[in-house]
Amino acid sequence: MFDIKQVYEPMCLKSALEIYQNNPHLTIIAGGTDVLINLRHGKYEEVELLSLQKIKGLDEIKILEDGTIEIGALTTFTKIFRNDIINKHVPILAEAAVSMGGPQIRNIATIGGNICNGAVSADSAPALFTLNALLYLETANASRTIPITEFYAGPGRVKLQPGEILTKILITKDNYENFKGKYFKFSNRKAMDIAMIGVAVLLNTTDNKVNDLRIALGVSAPTPIRCQEAEKTSLGLELTEENMKRISELTILDAKPRDSWRGSKAYREHLIKVLTYRALRELRGNK
Amino acid sequence: MVEVTITVNGTSYTRKIHPLMRLLDFLRDELKLKGTKEGCGEGECGACTVIMDGRTINSCLVLAASCDGKEIITIEGVGGAELHPIQRAFLEVGAVQCGYCIPGMVLSTKALLDKNLDATEEEIKEAISGNLCRCTGYQKIVEGVKLAQTKMKESRGEACECGRS
Repeated sequence: MFDIKQVYEPMCLKSALEIYQNNPHLTIIAGGTDVLINLRHGKYEEVELLSLQKIKGLDEIKILEDGTIEIGALTTFTKIFRNDIINKHVPILAEAAVSMGGPQIRNIATIGGNICNGAVSADSAPALFTLNALLYLETANASRTIPITEFYAGPGRVKLQPGEILTKILITKDNYENFKGKYFKFSNRKAMDIAMIGVAVLLNTTDNKVNDLRIALGVSAPTPIRCQEAEKTSLGLELTEENMKRISELTILDAKPRDSWRGSKAYREHLIKVLTYRALRELRGNK
Repeated sequence: MVEVTITVNGTSYTRKIHPLMRLLDFLRDELKLKGTKEGCGEGECGACTVIMDGRTINSCLVLAASCDGKEIITIEGVGGAELHPIQRAFLEVGAVQCGYCIPGMVLSTKALLDKNLDATEEEIKEAISGNLCRCTGYQKIVEGVKLAQTKMKESRGEACECGRS
């Protein structure tokens, strides 16, 4: 059995934040699909858990008055990919959510946990990076909002301050309206596998000319990243075959994939280019 | 130690347990329901699948303490005095070889068909995508699920009640 002193199970966010403030050494558990594995593997020598599972109201998806989409941090992946608001306004996030694990995992794993775990391969990350998602972080007596693009610090590390809990993910209207998106998860198996590469592309065009193009990659650097060179160059370009190829080639300037048993650096670089091109072609439609 | 009350296959059980006991261990060791199998112990294989409040979960990734007040269905609760149509269908088409994945397969199938008896082949494959089988190659299992659909429709008399053929 695990070496455990205590599990706190507060019924509301306020008491969770207070407990965490007074005990910043606690390990937060939401869905538990990562924490329980770490426990099993003896990653923690001695652990006290702060469970968010009994807190109500943090698993809702709604549209605020100004059009911002608000996703509670405890929303499960199943709920996200079946949700009407998500499918209507940010279907790229539904694509990402349904690619994660298998049904049993998606039924309990939460989007907040996926983000805060800081995995390079987090399936929600590339889509949220293209959407310029904002993370709402709370402590017992303060709150702040940070773009997800600035939240990752390294493999498995995120910029959470002591006592801070991620409670909401926000996507403002100007970041989804008039955009079309595509997420490709490339893995050896279709289900129950970790991405070899994740590519998210979000596109806003007028008359086939790029107003705004965002490309985000998972498993391509120590953190999820945006392909800034490719994005900058694409502005104003017409999406011809030639230009789409050129944009796809430029993704490599920001990507730093590694060799691993899951896939080689060279193969990953190839995938990044091919999948970016494929996404662009699909989003452009028949021209 | 924490006290939990969990309803398993329609019976309510109250036990004092270690706060980090997994639901899997609660079922197997506390309740001696050995039908739920442990495969990988880390959410990769689906052998420990049970249904919690209508949705499948991996019981190795859930703390029993967090199931307080929940309703669980294990393989022992699927059939009654007779085998469930899903179990009969699996036997008839030969969907079972070593059998270790089958309790989880049956529960994933049940969770699907309870909600959507007309599931397409694609939906069936999606529903069992979290359950790994190293023997069958899945083909017979998918056939088993399809036969289960027919059997369940027959036993519910849906064919005549809904007005369809």
